[in-house]
Amino acid sequence: MNLLSLFSKKDKSASVAKNRLQILLAHERTGSGPDATLVSKLREDILEVIKKHIEIDPEAVQIEMDRDGEVTTLGIDIELPVKASENA
Amino acid sequence: MTDGKVIVVTSGKGGVGKTTSTAAIASALAKDGERVCAVDFDVGLRNLDLIMGAERRVVFDLVNVVRGEASIKQALVRDKRLDTLFLLPASQTRDKDALTDEGVASVINELRMSFDWIICDSPAGIERGATLAMRYADAAIIVSNPEVSSVRDCDRIIGLLDAKTIVAENGGRMPKHLLVTRFDAERAKTGEMLAIEDMVDILSVPLLGVIPESKDVLKASNVGSPVTIANENSAPARAYVEAVRRLRGEDIPVTIPEDRKGIFGKLFRGRAA
Repeated sequence: MNLLSLFSKKDKSASVAKNRLQILLAHERTGSGPDATLVSKLREDILEVIKKHIEIDPEAVQIEMDRDGEVTTLGIDIELPVKASENA
Repeated sequence: MTDGKVIVVTSGKGGVGKTTSTAAIASALAKDGERVCAVDFDVGLRNLDLIMGAERRVVFDLVNVVRGEASIKQALVRDKRLDTLFLLPASQTRDKDALTDEGVASVINELRMSFDWIICDSPAGIERGATLAMRYADAAIIVSNPEVSSVRDCDRIIGLLDAKTIVAENGGRMPKHLLVTRFDAERAKTGEMLAIEDMVDILSVPLLGVIPESKDVLKASNVGSPVTIANENSAPARAYVEAVRRLRGEDIPVTIPEDRKGIFGKLFRGRAA
């Protein structure tokens, strides 16, 4: 960041493009290819484990795989019903 | 007997500069004395012959060779300007199943024996032609414009490179290089165009080079001469030469060449990084 950039008018469209792409690709990358089969298998297994302890809606489990360079991350997002979290 | 390196130039999206880049890179390599064969995989819509100025000398093509109707030697067109540069043209047939996996494998194997570099110009899309063009590659050059649809399609292609190539099927990781074309440094600076760092970040592919938007590219294609031959001092030609040096393994920083504007451009050229 230099002084000149403070005075120049910044167009925001490129950062909008970047954000849209990041969101879209994170979604698309899990939608096809070898990752998709792995994710769907993991999803089933994880659901089984959770079901042992609490009743949850299968739709409330979100699993996403994302790659960044040489690192692949797996994000698991489980929406717990209010009752279940109180009992735990 | 050499063991040539097979490079696929691919992008998913059409019109981003695959053919222009194939011709420019192949010519730049041949200028360095490397034996290079540029292969047009765009069956039905061949254009590499036109960009390289060899359209009137095409006799046989890739499909003839795959079908055994001609030998590779008969189909290769030698460049008029560089005697180590050859073109294997695509066919104009409408039969989209004209290329077979085995046929392409044997052509690529034979080319590996007589060339240092085999540069495969992929058709747009994710269909058979595109997957066959990448199938036997040792490395991929992914061409993208700094524009959302182009970047998205490159991401699809990266998925295919990691799944449908021989390298991937053998458990390896396909080496990939990002080549950004039609870049406008001024517009990126003001935030009107995706920045190079953002594209590298989104696609997670190391940068091979940045080709600036330039009138010289159209001028070169008008006369059927790859830009690295037509005007070697032009900004895009210098950018391609730099990309080729990196492709050959040189570890040099990526610069975005600009058109030389008189004495000041010359004075400050060395500092542009």
